[in-house]
Amino acid sequence: MRYAYLVLFFFLVTAISVLGFRGSTTTRPPLEIFPDMDHQAKYKPQAESAFFADKRTDRPSPAGSVAFGRTAIQSDGNFLAADDHMYRGTQADGTYARGFPSSITVDGKLLERGQLKYTIYCAPCHGAIGDGNGITKQYGMGATPTYHDERLRNIPEGDIYHTITAGKNNMLSYADKLEPADRWAVVAYVRALQRAQTGTVADVPSSHKSELGLK
Amino acid sequence: MSKLFPKSVNKLPLQILIFIGLTASIVAAGITYYATPKYSRVGYAPVQPVPFNHALHAGHLGMDCRYCHSNVEKSGHSNVPTAQTCMNCHNQIKTDSPLLAPVRESYASGNPVPWVKIHKAPDYVYFNHSVHVARGVSCVECHGKINEMEVVHHAKPLSMGWCLECHREPEKFVRDPKLVTNLDWKHPGGTAAQIEEGKKFVHDWNIQPPQSCSGCHR
Ligand code: HEC
Ligand code: HEC
Ligand code: HEC
Ligand code: HEC
Ligand code: HEC
Ligand code: HEC
Repeated sequence: MRYAYLVLFFFLVTAISVLGFRGSTTTRPPLEIFPDMDHQAKYKPQAESAFFADKRTDRPSPAGSVAFGRTAIQSDGNFLAADDHMYRGTQADGTYARGFPSSITVDGKLLERGQLKYTIYCAPCHGAIGDGNGITKQYGMGATPTYHDERLRNIPEGDIYHTITAGKNNMLSYADKLEPADRWAVVAYVRALQRAQTGTVADVPSSHKSELGLK
Repeated sequence: MSKLFPKSVNKLPLQILIFIGLTASIVAAGITYYATPKYSRVGYAPVQPVPFNHALHAGHLGMDCRYCHSNVEKSGHSNVPTAQTCMNCHNQIKTDSPLLAPVRESYASGNPVPWVKIHKAPDYVYFNHSVHVARGVSCVECHGKINEMEVVHHAKPLSMGWCLECHREPEKFVRDPKLVTNLDWKHPGGTAAQIEEGKKFVHDWNIQPPQSCSGCHR
């Protein structure tokens, strides 16, 4: 009988040493004991396809296809992204437009949206206050400019919009991450950052002066 | 006749029964311990084509999860980033690192980097990221402390019982949606305050996570 217990103990020790404990990291894929309907013949986003030669389930758009606006069914301003100011930041003569497109209202809500998106997508390089000293500067991104110089203070809004959409030199496009309306929100926030750097005591509304200890 | 078996044999049936009982309980304990996603999935950390480090990018550099997983708020699927997302920085930082060769190759050719998928809901389960993220369920509840992982590993079991644990008592987990990507955030007032604030969110936003089968198996 003693041998039987020894054998059992031996099996226990080998089992534990082979299987390990819960939560230990492993590079082996999880075992599927009954893979019933875990893998169905359907395509999921970013999955691998056995059919297409490049194995991509998400098909790239064919050359020459035209971008559709969001509400393509009605022919409104979004139809085929027809509004040049809204979608390309340009005006009729092809130069960059000043000001915001008519469908965008610049208010506190827009700026909050812009701040959120700016913090996520721009601050790593341009810094929280737009001085170009984001965290990446110390790792070798020397080219990131500050927004607070004469040229960038005076460029049209449409130009900033175009920089986000298409990129500029070392800065690549953010069009895949920001929808046109969000891009305009970011433009508004960039303008707010620039304004903040040139603020004076005279800009503080009189009702808030006492909070800041001003007269 | 009477001398054929020694006296000790009289105890043998009992000893065998005890032994079988012990073996059976060890096997049962082994199955409950091992045959569950808590063992089979948790800890899965495949070798990726590029040794991407979340602790560096999301932790140390402080990048928001949405910089790379940019669709997580908008769509059911949380995307793994395109090569261009990496090139935003890596066209100027570590431009000739051999570790980044697959990313540069992908950026040039347009073919995706073959990242290995870690978290996987079975195809018969409907899961949607944006619903959870918009309602203030943080990434940390389902993926663990990604911002401290050098290599991403599967941190939670993602089993049906685990999903339901939260769906039954969402007030224990929901927080202000502004804080979902702040994985270090815990309610400063502790568990009691979390539940109190959670109850308020659940009431104000009418949060009703599905517990019926058709909610997740549609
Ligand atoms: C990965 C780093 C990085 C990020 C993130 C980034 N930029 Fe830039 N940005 C740059 C660099 C580098 C330049 C300088 C480009 C050049 O070489 O002219 C630049 C230039 C600019 C300029 C000046 C363009 C001009 O006319 O000279 C603007 C405006 C700008 N960025 C806005 C943004 C906005 C808005 C965002 C967020 C959506 C953003 N950037 C995100 C790196 C970045
Ligand atoms: C610089 C870009 C970047 C940032 C920022 C980032 N990730 Fe990732 N993430 C990736 C890449 C690339 C992968 C795929 C490779 C891997 O698994 O390591 C990934 C993988 C993951 C996975 C595993 C995906 C799977 O296959 O199951 C999770 C979960 C995840 N990230 C969550 C997060 C969370 C949460 C944050 C915010 C704290 C975050 N990520 C920030 C780029 C990023
Ligand atoms: C916001 C800028 C930024 C983005 C976007 C970014 N990285 Fe990085 N990455 C860095 C910085 C900064 C370092 C650290 C460089 C150093 O240590 O000097 C780094 C280092 C790395 C390294 C280590 C390189 C080496 O040779 O040591 C790898 C690998 C890497 N990143 C992969 C990626 C991948 C994959 C992506 C896209 C999902 C990505 N990075 C996106 C900024 C970025
Ligand atoms: C309620 C739980 C839950 C929350 C909250 C959650 N995830 Fe996920 N995540 C999952 C599940 C489940 C999967 C597997 C989905 C699948 O296979 O379709 C997953 C998959 C992923 C993937 C891999 C997608 C792929 O196909 O490779 C990434 C990346 C990811 N999550 C990032 C995030 C980020 C970033 C956040 C926070 C903003 C987040 N998740 C919040 C449960 C969650
Ligand atoms: C930490 C909490 C938590 C976890 C874990 C969690 N959920 Fe949820 N789930 C929620 C909340 C909160 C909602 C939002 C309910 C609402 O808006 O009324 C929700 C909603 C849903 C919905 C409804 C979506 C819709 O379109 O109606 C589905 C489906 C769902 N969850 C599936 C899952 C699955 C599958 C898992 C496990 C992989 C999971 N959830 C894990 C909290 C959670
Ligand atoms: C919160 C979402 C959710 C709800 C509600 C839900 N399930 Fe599930 N179910 C899951 C997930 C996630 C899995 C996959 C578990 C895994 O892969 O470990 C699953 C798996 C299953 C499986 C397969 C188990 C296996 O391992 O093969 C069955 C059967 C099942 N569910 C039945 C039901 C029934 C019956 C109900 C209603 C009483 C129900 N489910 C409600 C999320 C849910």
